[in-house]
Amino acid sequence: MQLVTAVIKPHKVDEVIEAVKATGIQGMTVTEVKGFGRQGGHTETYRGAEYTVDFTPKMKLEIVVDASDVPRITDVIQSTAGAGQIGDGKIWVTTLDTIIRIRTGEQGRDAI
Amino acid sequence: MKRRLILVGTGASVATLGLAAPAFAQDGTSAEAVQATLDNIWVLVAAVLVIFMQAGFALVEAGLTRAKNVANIMMKNLMDFSAGVLAFAVVGFAIAFGSGNSFFGTEGWLLDPNHFTDGYFGTLSLPTFFIFQAAFAATAATIVSGAMAERTKFKSYFIYSFVLTALIYPVVVHWLWGGGWLAELATPMIDFAGSTIVHSVGGWAALMGAIILGPRIGKYAKDGTPRAIPGHSIPFAIIGVFILFIGWFGFNPGSELAADDAVGVIALTTLLSGAAGAVFATLTVWWKTGAPDVAMAGNGALAGLVGITAGTANVSNWGAALIGALAGIIVVYSVFFLDRRRIDDPVGAISVHGVAGAFGTLMVGLLATDGGLFYGGGFDQLLSQLIGVVAVFVFVTITAGLLFLAIKVTVGLRVPPEEEIEGLDVVEHGTPGYGPDVFATAPAAG
Repeated sequence: MQLVTAVIKPHKVDEVIEAVKATGIQGMTVTEVKGFGRQGGHTETYRGAEYTVDFTPKMKLEIVVDASDVPRITDVIQSTAGAGQIGDGKIWVTTLDTIIRIRTGEQGRDAI
Repeated sequence: MKRRLILVGTGASVATLGLAAPAFAQDGTSAEAVQATLDNIWVLVAAVLVIFMQAGFALVEAGLTRAKNVANIMMKNLMDFSAGVLAFAVVGFAIAFGSGNSFFGTEGWLLDPNHFTDGYFGTLSLPTFFIFQAAFAATAATIVSGAMAERTKFKSYFIYSFVLTALIYPVVVHWLWGGGWLAELATPMIDFAGSTIVHSVGGWAALMGAIILGPRIGKYAKDGTPRAIPGHSIPFAIIGVFILFIGWFGFNPGSELAADDAVGVIALTTLLSGAAGAVFATLTVWWKTGAPDVAMAGNGALAGLVGITAGTANVSNWGAALIGALAGIIVVYSVFFLDRRRIDDPVGAISVHGVAGAFGTLMVGLLATDGGLFYGGGFDQLLSQLIGVVAVFVFVTITAGLLFLAIKVTVGLRVPPEEEIEGLDVVEHGTPGYGPDVFATAPAAG
């Protein structure tokens, strides 16, 4: 059981979600987040004065899947979220110890 | 406000018919009685529009400041209006419009009907005239709250509101609209609806408040460069601008103090100037910074409206558009100038009301179709305008400056740094402006 986490550009989120859903996954969590990577922040202006925005708005997708599905999901995310520009985001995969479905008490792969 | 001048005997020309009719003539059929009723209804409606401007000020100021101070700014707007109305009723109105000398009124305290008898305000009744004027007093007071936003102690602002509307503003009003020395000049100053008498009074008081308070924490980098502190709601700010724009159709046309043909003429100059202010401020800030800044465009609309308020009944349509356009350009440079001089005005109130108000008042000396320099009237009117602008600036900066200094050394003017960083809402008022959802199922704390 793996957790696939992707942080992507907000304007790509619809396209990515649609593509990921088409792979047959059972659920996902999406969160509005702010952060910076190698591209750093950017400056905006207000009433003629500049100010620095250190954290750029991003969307975070979290998908719990069986290990065998991971390459398919990450491939789909990478191919749809990428615009070939700095700031496109990142994907990382972590191993999960336990998953429990609250309603039934099912555990492990059955709870995905 | 020409009619008021007639009443106190400055010899201005008689305006419209019905002037001599008592406010509440009993024979409801005569033309004079109908005119008097129309006058009272129109001015009361205009007064309500001016009171609606308080909502505009509240939204502009809330929108251009941070969410952690939104309850505080709303409270200041509600209280300077409410305290202002009471202070003006008890003391201010008598100083402004009561009989007295050339500098202040000395009779008519507590809205005394034995002093302000029928006919004192032409066709207008004492209630109608007072409500209209109280709305103006509250406008002058509320201008200051934005410039002093996000760092002023609430109780100190409360004290200021009373003193400004009880004493400082009424004296200035008496000078011109109460028949005082500005109305007694050989060429009386023209400030029809109060570019100087109302807006500059607020603007210059705001200037002194902002200087004596000092800038907000974080407004300036260590090297002194001004930094932007973006407001938390541009929609609030622009809805506020629209409400003010609408309210101005009470402020200026209502100042005719009668339901007559001039009302529409005045409304049109108001409209053209406000529109020109918005457009030219936008173009100016766009050209200077590369972005058509939304908040600055809002300031521009308001600068155009403030600018035309003095000459709204005395300039042509295109004179009005010119005043608005120039006010829109000037307000942008004024905001940048004050920013560089470490005078932190979060909403641009000093530039919009003080600077554009003074500018618009002076322009009447050039553009008044009767007596303006550009219309062959010579320098007399311009000189009277200059005297009025300078006199009000000197009087208000001294009195408001002394007031804020007195507050500073007694109850204190500024909140402690920790409170300023945390936000004024919880510390000053006990609750945030945008509270969290409190779960009803959770046991009550304490």
